[in-house]
Amino acid sequence: MVNIMEANTITKNAGTAVLEDRAHTGTQESAERKPVFKTNNFNLWYGDNHALQDINLRFNQNEVSAIIGPSGCGKSTFVKALNRMVELVPIVRTEGEILYRDQDIFNRKMTVEELRTKVGMVFQKPNPFPKSIYDNVAYGPRVHGIRKKKILDEVVEKSLRDAAIWDEVKDRLNENAYGLSGGQQQRICIARALATEPDVILMDEPTSALDPISTTKVEDLMHELKKNYSIIVVTHNMQQAARVSDTTAFFYQGYVVEHDDTKVIFENPRDQRTEDYVSGRFG
Amino acid sequence: MSNYNIQEMIQKNKSNKGAVVEKSIPVILFLITSVSILATIGILYTLISQSLEFFSRESFMTFITSANWSPYGAEPEFGIWALVMGTMKVVAIATVFAVPVGLGAAIYLSEYATERVRKIIKPILEVLAGIPTVVYGFFAINFVTPVLQSIWPEISLYNAISAGLVVGIMIIPMIASLSEDAMSSVPNSMREGSLGMGATRLETTFKIVLPAAVSGIIASIVLAVSRAIGETMIVSIAAGSTPNASLDITSSLQTMTGFIVQITSGDAAYGSSLYFSLFAVGMTLFVMTFTMNIISQWITKRYREEY
Ligand SMILES: Nc1ncnc2c1ncn2[C@@H]1O[C@H](COP(=O)(O)OP(=O)(O)O)[C@@H](O)[C@H]1O
Ligand SMILES: [Mg+2]
Repeated sequence: MVNIMEANTITKNAGTAVLEDRAHTGTQESAERKPVFKTNNFNLWYGDNHALQDINLRFNQNEVSAIIGPSGCGKSTFVKALNRMVELVPIVRTEGEILYRDQDIFNRKMTVEELRTKVGMVFQKPNPFPKSIYDNVAYGPRVHGIRKKKILDEVVEKSLRDAAIWDEVKDRLNENAYGLSGGQQQRICIARALATEPDVILMDEPTSALDPISTTKVEDLMHELKKNYSIIVVTHNMQQAARVSDTTAFFYQGYVVEHDDTKVIFENPRDQRTEDYVSGRFG
Repeated sequence: MSNYNIQEMIQKNKSNKGAVVEKSIPVILFLITSVSILATIGILYTLISQSLEFFSRESFMTFITSANWSPYGAEPEFGIWALVMGTMKVVAIATVFAVPVGLGAAIYLSEYATERVRKIIKPILEVLAGIPTVVYGFFAINFVTPVLQSIWPEISLYNAISAGLVVGIMIIPMIASLSEDAMSSVPNSMREGSLGMGATRLETTFKIVLPAAVSGIIASIVLAVSRAIGETMIVSIAAGSTPNASLDITSSLQTMTGFIVQITSGDAAYGSSLYFSLFAVGMTLFVMTFTMNIISQWITKRYREEY
């Protein structure tokens, strides 16, 4: 067991000793759990604000990985670092490594466009384009040069089916996506992300703006999607993390307190703060 | 405890004469609004009635079909196309020059410039939009025309290209500033959606931001073109006073506004055909800008992307 005092000193000693990431060490390590993302001592600053401190994590293929933690602890910053969207904020500075399939994403060999084509993103607030449902979903393929109507038709239908919204919109593909409900818009955004057949899908609190029924639909969807994709999802909803994820990382004040199989995090966490947080005592 | 009661105080204040002010305000505002509407109606009434007077003396058919505008002498001919062509040449040159430059500036400011650069350039644009047009007129004849003549000697002192370019310079800040407003008001979440799909900044600008801002951008262009059509000082100074319907941009011409200035500052005898022709020309100007506005409203409706 690691108590709070120890955990703090360990993380303060940046770089030397960092809490181990048990989700993929020891007994859980096995051949099938191939990593898609690994971070090595990753740090991020907004100006003087040290928002992410020595992050060492690993996320596996065909799993749903949840990131939980109180507001402002750096969850969004972290997932946006994974596809380099965080660099849109001019004052951001980073240090350390993020490996996507063993390639450093900050290396010049990989452009941000390539990375983001492989690593799609679904945002907190549904953000469809002010275009037709069809054009929304076809956007990614078109941007990457796919023009054939027949292929686009197929891709649009398949993505909408995979996002579990085909039946609701198949008769109105040419209507503006803004005419849909929030839950439907979010599934359109998921379909839009699926259309380029990415490898990893990042989701930043994808259900926080949705009603309970839509939330259930999106959660079921994550479960379906992990057969073909790897999903990293930020959530402030503990039940959601418990329901949908294979592993859970608990972020607190910019560092990772604990990352383990979801069952362990919720039933038998090593750190007192994790236990306090998942049992709802703070956050 | 305190010796006052908020509810009582509110009651007392409510019963004050505030109610009278409250009631009279809409009336006052209505009167103020009416003044501007009445002024517009008055101007329109004058334009129409005097134009009708003109057409009772001169042929309407000649007016709208002929390209010969020779309003003086014993046998005058009033063919509006000479003046309309003058206006259109200047406006076309101005638009062709100003729209790409203005939109380019707007795209740079809204999609590429840092916050600091934007904070410096945006107010400068707005100041530029406030320069009196007579200054632009001097600039055209004293600077642009000589420079153009040095590379293209056939250009005469008064010409369409110099006036057109400078009218273009005059409307660039308007297009840039208003289009930038329209583009900046496109929510960032849409740019993120596009960039997050692996689109480049340029693709995001052209496929997401511009279409989403299109109604504001068209509105800014229409406003700018309407200003170019109505622009008077620059063309009076730099374009000359030779009505003709040729397509030549190197020689002297006269625009509708230029004609109106020339005659109103000259000596058109009250009640003469020349005098009434001013109103017919004014009416033509009005119809042109009015049509522009209708077309732009139609385009905006057709291409608007609602969000
Ligand atoms: N665009 C930004 N500019 C400056 N600081 C930011 C920005 N976004 C987030 N931060 C800071 O980074 C920290 C982590 O924020 P965030 O990643 O949004 O947390 P979470 O998603 O866990 O609520 C906070 O201290 C926040 O103030
Ligand atoms: Mg967040």
